[in-house]
Amino acid sequence: MHITQGQFSFLPPLTDTEIRAQVDYALSKGWALSVEWTDDPHPRNCYWHMWGNPMFQIKDGAAVLFEVNACRKEHSEVYIKVNAFDNTRGVESMVMSFIVQRPTTEPGFGLQRTEDNGRSIRYTTYSYATNKPSGSRY
Amino acid sequence: MNKPVDGRITDMKERYKGGVLKYKQMGYWRPDYEPKETDFICVFRITPQEGVDEVEAAAAVAGESSTATWTVVWTDMLTAHEDYQAKAFRVDRVPGTGEGTGKEAQYFAYIAYDIILFEEGSIANVTASLIGNVFSFKPLKAARLEDIRIPVAYLKTFKGPPTGIIVERERLDKFGRPLLGATMKPKLGLSGKNYGRVVYEGLTGGLDFTKDDENINSQPFMHWRDRFLFCMEAVNKAQANSGEIKGHYLNVTAADMEEMYARAEFAKSLGSNIIMIDLIVGWTAIQSMSNWSRKNDMILHMHRAGHGTYTRQKNHGVSFRVMAKWLRMAGVDHLHAGTAVGKLEGDPMTVQGYYNVCRESHNKQDLSRGIFFEQPWADLKKVMPVASGGIHVGQMHQLIDLFGDDVVLQFGGGTIGHPDGIQAGAIANRVGLETMVKARNEGKDIINDGPDILKQAAKTCKPLEKALETWKDVSFNYTSTDTPDFANTPTAS
Repeated sequence: MHITQGQFSFLPPLTDTEIRAQVDYALSKGWALSVEWTDDPHPRNCYWHMWGNPMFQIKDGAAVLFEVNACRKEHSEVYIKVNAFDNTRGVESMVMSFIVQRPTTEPGFGLQRTEDNGRSIRYTTYSYATNKPSGSRY
Repeated sequence: MNKPVDGRITDMKERYKGGVLKYKQMGYWRPDYEPKETDFICVFRITPQEGVDEVEAAAAVAGESSTATWTVVWTDMLTAHEDYQAKAFRVDRVPGTGEGTGKEAQYFAYIAYDIILFEEGSIANVTASLIGNVFSFKPLKAARLEDIRIPVAYLKTFKGPPTGIIVERERLDKFGRPLLGATMKPKLGLSGKNYGRVVYEGLTGGLDFTKDDENINSQPFMHWRDRFLFCMEAVNKAQANSGEIKGHYLNVTAADMEEMYARAEFAKSLGSNIIMIDLIVGWTAIQSMSNWSRKNDMILHMHRAGHGTYTRQKNHGVSFRVMAKWLRMAGVDHLHAGTAVGKLEGDPMTVQGYYNVCRESHNKQDLSRGIFFEQPWADLKKVMPVASGGIHVGQMHQLIDLFGDDVVLQFGGGTIGHPDGIQAGAIANRVGLETMVKARNEGKDIINDGPDILKQAAKTCKPLEKALETWKDVSFNYTSTDTPDFANTPTAS
């Protein structure tokens, strides 16, 4: 299984040089970058752990890459993504987001069906990994 | 025209020569008028009948789209009638038409309307005036509403898109790239189960959205409830396969509001994140479904079925840029706005103009894109434009260059027609999309090097290689019927 969240999940994993190029693009637009990680990649989990606040003051791509690698060093078997935020009025949201690290194996998700009235079915997507407590999932 | 009722005016031949003098005399031509900030301003492209001069024709349009009847009525005197009169204040010959061009003369007539003329929050009311009787008016051979400036005070009486681009992306957790979709084919005839299969294959392959077509409602071959049930199975299964949020635009278009609400409620009960309606349901129904969507956290997709009957002919009807403005106000989240490179009508610059109407917070005047007026949008949410119709992955660099990130690219045939199957088609499109976004961000010249960039990516992606091979020669190079007419200098044509 291969989770396809983010901008570039259908491409081969990005090298550090490629990550830097994307970071530089975001910086050239005046966006703030952030690093987030999780061991609960459920598609509805919109709050990954923040690896510090978004780097509003940082204009140097090397510093962002440094944070990516620091996060990787501390959390080797989790998902890590890089995000960019645009604070322009009328946007004020994330404008980039791509995965830069995955755990070695991705067990993926199960689908639970609960049969309801008529032929209706209630669906629940659950992550196989999250059966275990956080910290011992991957 | 203006046939006098028996007995009221006797000397009609003299007084109504040319037919429209009266409108001018009645105060509908006001060349010194300075439009107020709270006025609507419309620009109509008019083709007067022979013998009708353009100023009189413009005044007639102003008259017939506001208070005028064919004669002066004393009851006007009971009102502040000057406020209720629309005022034609400027008439320009359309470049490239009229004497010496071999083309019938056309004119851009600028007309201002006081805000009191329009009921708050009602597109039905706006359209009843602006594209009502006036479009059947005999002294004009043809008339087209080219553009409209809506005063901010009036915009604020609308709630606009129920979701908007920003919130849609947050709900879907998809940022920094166009969304990818496909319309299910064949559009008619599949059973519910077979139809859901196509949805499943497309979404599992890598699409974000799949879509009902405009004329899929509840025909004998597939009852709507069956379609909804099978499609939601497909959506949920694909979501679990990919760990990514997916959706299918369930078309709730039906014969009456009660039935549309019932279908929308069922879609909601099944957990769908998006529903769709067709333009042909009408303005009132669109606003009602927008209200419903807002109440129920639903993304509202608008398929512009039928718009060509208004928009396509350059000399008569309503430009799509005006329709797009009304639809943003009425409140839709997705709007088909053309592809420029696909099988359906659309000059690239003109189409970009529609996209700007959907997506910008503030439109600047941009005559090369057909935008006549500056238009502040008063923080009304943004509409996600949809590019759909005869496009394929080989055009990815052009599509991303033309439209940027905030667009849904829909490859119907370009997904389902892949020789190795629907999943392969979806993979090819997604890989092509991500490759091109990445290359653009890296500063590559995608317009010139796009085909090479795709070829390079195809080396490690068989489905993309096959797709590029299959559709390499497909393009639709026909002359557009609708292009902007503007000249940088008044004398050029």
